[in-house]
Amino acid sequence: MKNVNLTINGKAVAVPEGTTILEAAKKIGIHIPTLCYLENVHKYGGCRICVVEVKGAKALVASCMVAASEGMKVETNSERVRKARKLNCELLLSDHPQDCLSCSRSGSCELQTLANSLGLDRARFKGERSPDFIDISPSVTRDAAKCILCRRCVSVCNNIQKVGILNAQNRGFRTIIAPAGGAPLSEVNCTYCGQCVNVCPVNALRETDALAPVWRALADPKKRVVVQTAPAVRVALGEEFGLPAGTPVTGKMASALRALRFDDIFDTNIAADLTIMEEGTELLHRAKAALTEGKAALPMVTSCSPGWVKFVEHEFPDLLGNVSTCKSPHMMLGALAKSYYAQKLGADPGDMFVVSVMPCTAKKFEVTRPEMQANGIRDVDAVLTTRELARMIREAGIDFVNLPDEDFDSPLGISTGAADIFGVTGGVMEAALRTVYELVTGRELPFDGLHVQPICSFDQVRDASIRFEDVLPEYKFLEGFTLNIAVTSGFAGARRLMEEVRGGRSKYHFIEVMGCPGGCIVGGGQPRSADPMVREKRRAGLFSEDERKDLRKSHKSPVAEALYKEFLGSPCGHKSHELLHTHYTERGTFNELIKK
Amino acid sequence: MSEKSPPETYGLSESAVFDKISEVVEKYRGCDGCLIQVLHEAQDICGYLPPEVQKFIAKKLDLSLSTVSGVISFYSFFSTSPKAKHSIKICLGTACYVRGGEKIVEAIEKELGVKAGENTPDNKFSFQITRCLGACGLAPVFMVDDDVHQRVTPSAVKDILARY
Ligand code: SF4
Ligand code: SF4
Ligand code: SF4
Ligand code: FES
Repeated sequence: MKNVNLTINGKAVAVPEGTTILEAAKKIGIHIPTLCYLENVHKYGGCRICVVEVKGAKALVASCMVAASEGMKVETNSERVRKARKLNCELLLSDHPQDCLSCSRSGSCELQTLANSLGLDRARFKGERSPDFIDISPSVTRDAAKCILCRRCVSVCNNIQKVGILNAQNRGFRTIIAPAGGAPLSEVNCTYCGQCVNVCPVNALRETDALAPVWRALADPKKRVVVQTAPAVRVALGEEFGLPAGTPVTGKMASALRALRFDDIFDTNIAADLTIMEEGTELLHRAKAALTEGKAALPMVTSCSPGWVKFVEHEFPDLLGNVSTCKSPHMMLGALAKSYYAQKLGADPGDMFVVSVMPCTAKKFEVTRPEMQANGIRDVDAVLTTRELARMIREAGIDFVNLPDEDFDSPLGISTGAADIFGVTGGVMEAALRTVYELVTGRELPFDGLHVQPICSFDQVRDASIRFEDVLPEYKFLEGFTLNIAVTSGFAGARRLMEEVRGGRSKYHFIEVMGCPGGCIVGGGQPRSADPMVREKRRAGLFSEDERKDLRKSHKSPVAEALYKEFLGSPCGHKSHELLHTHYTERGTFNELIKK
Repeated sequence: MSEKSPPETYGLSESAVFDKISEVVEKYRGCDGCLIQVLHEAQDICGYLPPEVQKFIAKKLDLSLSTVSGVISFYSFFSTSPKAKHSIKICLGTACYVRGGEKIVEAIEKELGVKAGENTPDNKFSFQITRCLGACGLAPVFMVDDDVHQRVTPSAVKDILARY
């Protein structure tokens, strides 16, 4: 490709043709402030904060949009540029409720940081105000008054997730970013993945707050408050307190939860091990039915991502039979806390309050599903995102970084490494294969370090094949069988795979899908990160948690073994079906299948 | 648009309407950026673009409903509610305003039981506030279809509307 030469602030730089001025400046360490632009996600040119002066051009140009060209002379900090930038920012603020002091985004808000760094010391304009309304869905809250119309969420929802819920509606001052016809999120086919929340620079998109009910339960002496944490939380929570991305803070997190006075601190990982036992068994049942009777819904598709489950209910209701019936791990643990553990304590499940700390916004909706309760009592009472837990820790004045390391509580605190990797795309598949392969052949999964290399990347769709040979007698039907698996994360790849299944063209037997591109480590409830390597770093954190454990296969979990022996019976048995499995609702793309 | 004769499909069955829209969609298939034309012709068929039609077009063109609805709400010539039998337009330009236009708005709202911008439930009247109608000397003014009613007083509103 051809290079072009230009100077920026007098410094010469050569960049490939097509490079924007912004990227060229970055290459030589010149920072140009931006607001609507988001690297690799969104280029829109709407906010004009990134304007620069190009010699010979009449107007200032948006550096995030305009390509560098031969001989260009760019100034990024001239008087004219600085004035224009300030003015554009001031104009944005004139249509913004400036109530930072009582705004939960304060401190991590990109608009606030920008206004601050531009040295805005007053807001001169009082202008017309855009629509002001709040749409509170079970998972995601839209606060229109705070929206700066940058449209990052539109790009994520339409181009990356390809769900297409959010778009600009109306025009001029009446423009809002909303679902079709301005409908609330709860009335459309939103998956609640929360990817839009993660890119919103301000407080216009956020998780629907669950702090109040949790504080209330903690203050209620009659309530036994059980908390559990998902794998992905432990490698991200530290970022909220200034630690580098991916730092495992499992021990500090347990300390913090104890300091917050939760009664029992359990690990969702326990249930991830159970999920593997249940889902692995379910897969073997389906494979047997398919191979010996020629009928069974294959491929089986994983069900631990509630955003993904809702996506299937809307877009592929005809394929719900392919979705594993396993509840997601935290729902399993909630159900066990209110049955097995309540029995142990001699407690009334109605007096227990289960809180799940999750990297996920979709789980806030999941806990409200009618099928996720027993005798009118919900399996899980509240879901906090990683960000919300950080807010609680700050609110309680806990010095997180200097906390000692502590452990989870028994009996639901010890898990295997297989459970840790649930938090990253490919992890559920790898964990399942470690167990299924060993159950069937009696031998360890033949991969270096137990990592299934072909699926350990962030490519949109990865696949692998595993052949079963010299199987144990009870699995004779699998002798010589090659299991084809696929792994994807984000809805774009998942849609492709499901279309193959619908068309009868899928060669796969088992497909893992996570709703968020990269898996739970970048779920809609995780700390927003400016680190471009955040996915890799958080994954490395989870792999190190896995590798430092002696037990790395779910079927070796002593807790799972005890649970089956004392309480559940066998995987996919009667009791597990009652507590650990679920069913789904056909919704249809526009909710047309839901019976009102 | 308001001058147009009634949509050609009045009396057509619902399936016939969707068949016709299908033809329109097929005509423009493969043409990126033709959504506006499709919506235009669909509106000619139905008179307006109700949610069912929007969903139908979105599905056929493999677009998200929010994209389709975004385009419709951007352009004022698209309508998402059925066209009323009679359209009332009242001017609130300076002249009409100072000569009591607002009182007339109130009187009409009271008479019809709906707010400006809405249609009456029986779809007999639509009611909109518009820019200057160019009859400032006759203020306050409002129009019902093509008839101009000039120098109106609030008490006259009832009689005028009763004529339609
Ligand atoms: S969104 Fe940002 S700028 Fe707006 S009130 Fe909140 S913290 Fe302040
Ligand atoms: S939660 Fe996911 S599906 Fe829903 S609007 Fe946001 S990005 Fe789109
Ligand atoms: S909701 Fe947030 S991300 Fe979406 S346009 Fe508004 S400010 Fe931008
Ligand atoms: S960052 Fe370039 S226009 Fe917004």
